[in-house]
Amino acid sequence: MDVAASTGNLQSVRDFVANHARNHGFSGQDTEEIRLAVDEAMTNIIKHAYGYDESKKIYISVGSDDDTFWVAIQDTGHAFDISTYTTPDVPERVKQRQKGGVGVYLIKRLMDKVEYSTRNEHNEIKMIKKL
Amino acid sequence: MSQFDIYKRQHQSVEILELNGELDAHTAPVLEQHITKLIESEKYQIVVNFSSLEYISSAGLGVFMAYIEDLRERGGDIKLTNMKENVYNVFDLLGFPTLYDILDEESQAIKRFQNPSESE
Repeated sequence: MDVAASTGNLQSVRDFVANHARNHGFSGQDTEEIRLAVDEAMTNIIKHAYGYDESKKIYISVGSDDDTFWVAIQDTGHAFDISTYTTPDVPERVKQRQKGGVGVYLIKRLMDKVEYSTRNEHNEIKMIKKL
Repeated sequence: MSQFDIYKRQHQSVEILELNGELDAHTAPVLEQHITKLIESEKYQIVVNFSSLEYISSAGLGVFMAYIEDLRERGGDIKLTNMKENVYNVFDLLGFPTLYDILDEESQAIKRFQNPSESE
């Protein structure tokens, strides 16, 4: 599916993916983890790749291999450089009154594997969970 | 579009915000407005009741991250209560239980504001 890069579309996208996850036989908790990972990835795209430009599009696909379920989310905005990522120090961020900055950390904790790639000006985050 | 509402109540000096629906990057600004309004009107004892909150993302948690220090510096706090398991799990993943007062019941949080020494 593809949607406008608007936070107003977060719920329909995470529900879409969660329904697929459930249909693939994931438990309630696994489904909730996938739902949250998708939300965090899409929120980061809206905020950082597109800077809240709602005229931009986000492309979502889901699929499965023999023993894994994957969600791929693509954008055409500023690419996220995973090499700059460091694990957030949550108590320090609270002390500094910083709102969030923990989305990538959550995605990594919630999914079994996360891959970032950029090809032909399309950035992709592929999030994989074992079935 | 994400559905989210806040019902506001008071119990003596304690302000209670009851969250309903789904709290994400779309709806977090609504919660933020409520909390900043309370701080502006010098209401520093806040209980957030999560009993009707079905979902939270880090954008929702971010609101609590941004204001807890201001409230504590003013002698107040935000106490979080009545979370469903899936909501608690997100707080837990980020280590919030050691940073925030998270309680099973709203009444416990109110009591803790009223008799802070008894909770130690």
